[in-house]
Amino acid sequence: MINEQIKERIISIVGTENFDDSKVGRLTYSYDATPNFQALPDGVVSPRNTEEVAELVKVCNEHHIPVVPRGAGSNLCGGTCPTEGGLVFLFKHMNEILEIDEENLTATVQPGVITLDLINAVEAKGLFFPPDPGSMKTSTIGGNINENSGGLRGLKYGVTRDYVIALEIVLANGSIIRTGGKLAKDVAGYDFTRLYVGSEGTLGIVTEATLKLVPIPETKKTMLALYEDLEAAATTVSKIIANKIIPATLEFLDQATLKVVEDYAKIGLPTDAKAVLLIEQDGAPEVVERDIKKIADLCTEENAVSVQIAKTKAEAEALTTARRAALSALARLKPTTILEDATVPRSQVANMVKAINEIAEKYQLNICTFGHAGDGNLHPTVPTDARNKEEMERVEKAFEEIFEKAIELGGTITGEHGVGIMKAPYLELKLGQEGIAAMKAIKTALDPNNIMNPGKIFAKDSRKRVVIGQ
Amino acid sequence: MTTLQEQQVIQDRFKERMDEDELLNCMRCGFCLPSCPTYITSGFKESHSPRGRIALMKAVVDGLIEPDEDFETSLNQCLGCRACEPVCPSGVNYGHLLEEARDIINQNKKHSLPVRTVRKAVFEGLFPHQNRMRNFTGLLGFYQRSGLQKVARATGIMKLFPESLATMERVLPKVPTMKEMKNRPRFLPAEAPETKKVAFFTGCLMDTMFLETNNATMKLLQLAGCEIIIPESQNCCGALHGHSGEKNGSKELAKKNIQAFEDLDVDYIITNAGGCGAFLVDYDHLLKDDPAWKERALAFKNKIKDITEILFEVRFHEKVKLELPFQIVTYQDSCHLRNVMKTAAAPRALLQAIEGIEFKEMKDADRCCGSAGIYNIVESEMSMQILDYKMEQTKATHASTVVTANPGCLLQMKLGIEREGLNEKMRAVHIVDLLMEAVK
Ligand SMILES: Cc1cc2nc3c(=O)[nH]c(=O)nc-3n(C[C@H](O)[C@H](O)[C@H](O)COP(=O)(O)OP(=O)(O)OC[C@H]3O[C@@H](n4cnc5c(N)ncnc54)[C@H](O)[C@@H]3O)c2cc1C
Ligand code: SF4
Ligand code: SF4
Repeated sequence: MINEQIKERIISIVGTENFDDSKVGRLTYSYDATPNFQALPDGVVSPRNTEEVAELVKVCNEHHIPVVPRGAGSNLCGGTCPTEGGLVFLFKHMNEILEIDEENLTATVQPGVITLDLINAVEAKGLFFPPDPGSMKTSTIGGNINENSGGLRGLKYGVTRDYVIALEIVLANGSIIRTGGKLAKDVAGYDFTRLYVGSEGTLGIVTEATLKLVPIPETKKTMLALYEDLEAAATTVSKIIANKIIPATLEFLDQATLKVVEDYAKIGLPTDAKAVLLIEQDGAPEVVERDIKKIADLCTEENAVSVQIAKTKAEAEALTTARRAALSALARLKPTTILEDATVPRSQVANMVKAINEIAEKYQLNICTFGHAGDGNLHPTVPTDARNKEEMERVEKAFEEIFEKAIELGGTITGEHGVGIMKAPYLELKLGQEGIAAMKAIKTALDPNNIMNPGKIFAKDSRKRVVIGQ
Repeated sequence: MTTLQEQQVIQDRFKERMDEDELLNCMRCGFCLPSCPTYITSGFKESHSPRGRIALMKAVVDGLIEPDEDFETSLNQCLGCRACEPVCPSGVNYGHLLEEARDIINQNKKHSLPVRTVRKAVFEGLFPHQNRMRNFTGLLGFYQRSGLQKVARATGIMKLFPESLATMERVLPKVPTMKEMKNRPRFLPAEAPETKKVAFFTGCLMDTMFLETNNATMKLLQLAGCEIIIPESQNCCGALHGHSGEKNGSKELAKKNIQAFEDLDVDYIITNAGGCGAFLVDYDHLLKDDPAWKERALAFKNKIKDITEILFEVRFHEKVKLELPFQIVTYQDSCHLRNVMKTAAAPRALLQAIEGIEFKEMKDADRCCGSAGIYNIVESEMSMQILDYKMEQTKATHASTVVTANPGCLLQMKLGIEREGLNEKMRAVHIVDLLMEAVK
């Protein structure tokens, strides 16, 4: 697809050292964190600035070469798998924090900045960037924006979307636009900033972003509530929120997840509990003190067998770090780890947990569940083996039922991991035909040649499959 | 160069021998990326990251790519530091995958004649034989003492070698005489109320080139109340073989070592080189397909302990007064000691117990120094880039003493000091040598 002539043009833009079409180079960008998806791109390119990105996109548009923007490749929906070949764009040279503006409380960054690096840099100045996906040690801001990622602090602080206020974008035709600004208010035309957040690289390339910051909370307290039964833990979640307390973090882990996480982290997690809630509250000391006490009481009322409050900062950090490792730790159990991201209204968490258990029973599967319970966002995860075709069929059916149940409870098929290629066949379930048609109209208007991350979000056919992939 | 025919054979062997479950165990989350020195130093090339290398190995197994030259480069440039293991929530045994892959490539590839000769001489002729190691080190001693070293330096003959090797020649320790190397004790009594009975694994390089450090190790053990047995029939741990794709050679050495220690009635087997220790605790994996040896290897493994770990355990630093003139001291982790043997807190606690000094942790002390066996010679360029970063961090602490816990790291840090022209201001020492200095 990329002939010698095109290759020369690409090299004339970025230099030989920033273009790679070797077998090894292509193979190492043929996958992301999604199981069962792999496809080789035709080449990999690392532009050094916005102008180079724009020049490259023009070449691709002219020759109808697919463009696959890639951050750290940690997404879980096949979003960066070059299923139609083309050119993978890396942002390793565009990884600067351009400015932290302490007067306007904003940070302006390039897309390749690692999430945790940004968080550390702003915290050093007494500021706070709340979106903290489990993958923040590796994930990039470009990826976070394009997946509209959530994190452990989503319940109180919202998700990435709530912090993006301006973008610089290279469109599919190579023109460069700027949306939003360092503004608390801005209604000049359509809200393009919001449209591009969560667009999964299908509408253009984000080359710069201005993010909103907030003052760092004064203090923080972390606690674990232990349960003998899953549903009691889930009921507590709705109960806490119904009592008008919004904790910063409200995470759920079942016993199977606890066990693997403890295996890895070795911090003395209560592996004999059937489920735990990891709860954090931050803010002014009096408020934190009062909320934590009230939450502890509510947990006990809902039959928590014990409530433990972290004594030191290190202890608290160990707990949240361990939680972030949950998904990868589950990968210890079996060769293939398939997880879902169904999300329901907070009041329905207990019903969803119950439904997941029944579905696991029905299909004779071991489903481990953890997730951002406070957000109604659970990650039922099946440790399985892609080589076992019969079991994979059952996994597929179970997930289809989980999706249907989530929608029935007023939820969605994906809360934060995105549609990508993995969930594309299910999108209609959530949006209906009309919804899909409206979205496609936007896609076609902005990318008439369908070069931007083609094959993602919109399914070629609506044969349902999440796990029986390529 | 690997011929197409060799590539085909290598690919077939990958299919047969690589542990597919272990390859699949990597869920490609990327948690390991920020810990990999070669990923960072290469300017974030996925092919130089653990996740990328695992994907490449799997792709060779799956037949998606051939084991071509780029593939080999990716594996060759891996330090084998295993910093990717403790950070992997999924528990991927990267070190085992790498060892197997390197072994397959080496066994099925014709090396050029000079490389073949050197490999044969080193792996079969030298390291497995302690007496020859002595002779070799003796030769080096002759070279140093006879004036030949001066001649070699004056004629500039060392300029013909890669830069790291040429500088390395300058920083090698003054080696002991043959007589010192030959008459080694076999038993040493405790010199304090007895705490433990231990055996000492001397190591091939440690008992020749770094003899002084071994002597200090034994002295510290005695002062800590340990009775020491030093079995004569032990030999090289086999790490160098294992990491260079000479697995069979390392298996033979492993069996001899297990035999040498298994009938001793001791609590622990002590090592003072992180690189050796980490290989010794992996004997059970090395011999996993050998039913007659598996259990014996496991029993052996369970007794291995680093010198700093046992000193800490018997509270040596509380019983013996340790004191030195004021100096800033920093510690560079030995990758294998930290990532495989999981020893990181004990050496720091011991150093902090020395009165009169200031201990300052350097940034990224847990990142490899670029020594990695013979990596600094064969992958000189990458190694020197990694070392430059390490020296930057070392200098930032203003330390005058850099402490390590492994001979390879020690030489590399000496090399770094020499390259920076800091000979007057900074020294690199093995932790036991510093502790010995501090014993009052
Ligand atoms: C262990 C683990 C835990 C996780 N935990 C969470 C979690 O708690 N919450 C959560 O929401 N997600 C989580 N994720 C999913 C994933 O990490 C996030 O989606 C993350 O934001 C992806 O970032 P990335 O840099 O890896 O992007 P990539 O995976 O490289 O890309 C993601 C998408 O963004 C697009 N993209 C990337 N950069 C650009 C750009 N500059 N311009 C346009 N498009 C671009 C890509 O084309 C792709 O569609 C987790 C993943 C793992 C493996
Ligand atoms: S951390 Fe482990 S599972 Fe994740 S990519 Fe690295 S090796 Fe694979
Ligand atoms: S062993 Fe070290 S160099 Fe090799 S992949 Fe792991 S972290 Fe990187």
